[in-house]
Amino acid sequence: MFSIKKYRSTIILGTVLLILSLLSLFVGVIDINLHNLFSGNGMELKIFLLARLPRLLAVLCTGVGMSVAGLIMQQLCMNKFVSPSTGSTIQSAQFGILLSLVFIPSLGLWGRVILAFVTAVLGTWIFVWFIQRIQFKNTVLVPLIGIMFGNVLGGIINFIAYKFEVTQQLSTYFVGSFALIIKGNYELVWLALPLVILAFAFANHFNIVGMGKDFSENLGVNYKLVLFVGLTISAMITASVVTVVGQISYIGLIIPNIVAMFKGDKIRGSLIDTALFGALFVLAADMIARTVISPYELPIELIVGIVGSILFIAMLIYKLNHGRKAIRLGKAKEGSCCG
Amino acid sequence: MKITNLKKKYDGKTVVDSVSFTIPRGKVLSLIGPNGAGKSTVMGMISRLIARDAGDIHFEDKDLSHWNSKELAKKLAILTQHNNVQMKLTVRELVAFGRFPYSGSRLTAEDVRMIDKAIAYMELQEFEDRFIDELSGGQRQRAYIAMVIAQDTEYVLLDEPTNNLDIYHASNMMRTVRRLCDELGKTVILVLHEINYAAFYSDYICAFVDGKIAKFEKVEDVINKETLSEIYKVDFEIIHINGKPLSVYY
Repeated sequence: MFSIKKYRSTIILGTVLLILSLLSLFVGVIDINLHNLFSGNGMELKIFLLARLPRLLAVLCTGVGMSVAGLIMQQLCMNKFVSPSTGSTIQSAQFGILLSLVFIPSLGLWGRVILAFVTAVLGTWIFVWFIQRIQFKNTVLVPLIGIMFGNVLGGIINFIAYKFEVTQQLSTYFVGSFALIIKGNYELVWLALPLVILAFAFANHFNIVGMGKDFSENLGVNYKLVLFVGLTISAMITASVVTVVGQISYIGLIIPNIVAMFKGDKIRGSLIDTALFGALFVLAADMIARTVISPYELPIELIVGIVGSILFIAMLIYKLNHGRKAIRLGKAKEGSCCG
Repeated sequence: MKITNLKKKYDGKTVVDSVSFTIPRGKVLSLIGPNGAGKSTVMGMISRLIARDAGDIHFEDKDLSHWNSKELAKKLAILTQHNNVQMKLTVRELVAFGRFPYSGSRLTAEDVRMIDKAIAYMELQEFEDRFIDELSGGQRQRAYIAMVIAQDTEYVLLDEPTNNLDIYHASNMMRTVRRLCDELGKTVILVLHEINYAAFYSDYICAFVDGKIAKFEKVEDVINKETLSEIYKVDFEIIHINGKPLSVYY
């Protein structure tokens, strides 16, 4: 059972990620070379430790966190198109950041992250409660509702931000970018890692709940509790990323889908690959963002948006041509007929 | 399992009213009746999927509601038609979930043996690494049954197991039900729409009309002209094949 083939993709992803990570440490405005680093060049070492390494770690945590958050949400909602960006989790977290800026600015980062946690969790619960109440026949409707819900929240955020004159401040927090990451202001995003490990521990529970309510109850799994825990984990990962880095869309949507095409939906089998691939994707996008118009930087959201949308379309076409049976777009349930 | 005075209301409308019966152990019991007669609701209540408004369900030594859900999952399995059919799990991964109440996520050697046995019993070896969303309806249903077998429960509850299956797969499914009872000694309770499957493959039939039990007897005592006409309000003819009564209606 333990063949090398089974882990081939994991090994390849891991190796590529490691090489790219090392490479990324030496990409930037100031050239750092290994020789100077170890010969005690104070300035280079400082840049390395204060900016390059934190940036890499933030990128990795973001990639791992957002892709795993998407994976969990897709499983629990039984819908391949649900993710933190199409399930209104990101906007809910942003709403929390806004509230903290308006009402408790003195608390700074902690105020932002605590409120972002609360609103992200609440927003996601409300969204999932809503889509469960109204059982949509068409799976594509669910993310559409999520996007609409997110846009309504976005509208409210804009309105309040305008009223309290925090629009400019807000936009620096909202647009996803790693440019401002330095030691001391990003460590919160590490929180994604223990949450991902927690998700791995509950992986089979999430799979079982993803099979349906009756299926879970039959196996003695508390459907509502697992749904609740899973969504909370997802929302907390998203909130920590959104607070530190800003909005990074598409990762939670496309990464788990691409990995599932090859590895299937068993979370124990796909979670590590999903996490590695997510980290690789964000890292590559960040490196492109840093080099394209060097010495200036593009916001990573721009790169992720372009690459993500192309990949998403390619994925749809692939599914329509090859995987018609694997992932059905329109039908949520098998039609019932009388035998 | 002893059921007394079961009641259920939806939006003020009574769908199950004063239903009492005892489930005969080691037999196949089919619940039949017209649409909306409450048979699926009764099934839902005795499998704890649906909360009951009133009544007792005595299972082994205590009421069903006092059972720990993990412990109950080792005694009683329920299979409905409301599963996510898009999940890309392999047959083997699905069947392995049947061991979840016993070992959680860490499968023991005993679990693996049970999984192998269940897959072999349902003749799914050649499909075991295929994804369930790529299987035909009949194959997928067999994979679910294999999971229930791996779950190793004395009671097996199946809600319309022949739904969506063609005649070939439906009759195979019913033969499997018979084997579950005869070879593995399980108590099987089914909700069925096809009267003749119930007549040919079960030991007892419980017929529901308007949320009440119209008749609960051995097959021969239910499948007769008078009883069936009363239940379904259509004329029936009864013929005998292999010593079993079968109904003809049109």
